[in-house]
Amino acid sequence: MGHGFRATREGVSVHLDAAEAGVLRSLVASMVLDVVEPGETGDDPLERALRIGPATEPTDPVLARLFPSAYADDDAASAEFRRYTEGDLRDAKRADALTLIETAAGGQVTLTTEQAQAWLRALNDLRLVLGVRLEVTEDTHEEIAGMGDDDPRYPAFVTYDWLTYLQDTLVQALW
Amino acid sequence: MTIVWNDPVNLMSYVTYVFQSVFGYAREKAEKLMLDVHHKGRAVVSSGTREEMERDVQTLHSYGLWATLQKDG
Repeated sequence: MGHGFRATREGVSVHLDAAEAGVLRSLVASMVLDVVEPGETGDDPLERALRIGPATEPTDPVLARLFPSAYADDDAASAEFRRYTEGDLRDAKRADALTLIETAAGGQVTLTTEQAQAWLRALNDLRLVLGVRLEVTEDTHEEIAGMGDDDPRYPAFVTYDWLTYLQDTLVQALW
Repeated sequence: MTIVWNDPVNLMSYVTYVFQSVFGYAREKAEKLMLDVHHKGRAVVSSGTREEMERDVQTLHSYGLWATLQKDG
């Protein structure tokens, strides 16, 4: 599929055809926005004001990867950290996803610095979600090259590889 | 201190870029840390007070890096 991002005088820019932009918007909507719900807070007005949320690690492996525990060896400290940060983190990821959905259109897409940062994080979140679901490993890129298109995993893996390419060219264009 | 762990999804270029933008590290230092994460499975990327490390971990989580914090030693 298509070309990646390039640095231009107006900002980083990519040419997407209408189908590519549609696939991108639809994937970010269904895989990030629908998965990462807005940050929850309790009913207590003080907890709401301080944006204090739940303390437990998500059981869904996708959410556990997006919102990892902060302390590898201290559950109490992890719970405390999560109560104060996960809500904001969820809202930030949703805002990044929405920026991508609003700006991904068929044709030449040129992004401001702020939009480019949102795309960078949203593409990464999308790849993390797909990566957990598809059980991606370090060898996945090579495996796809040798995978037949009759393999049931082929469309999802090719899409994942395309997202990897887009994100990598975006990093190079921003450097 | 703040530790970043290896994972199969985050791109080497992206991880280097994030270390540069979050910590202001020169590209060479950011690349060395990224390679440590990649080859050794983890690397210490910053150190300081607990408050500073919690802020770093939260920022790294916003970029999707798998970061944890740990007491020195």
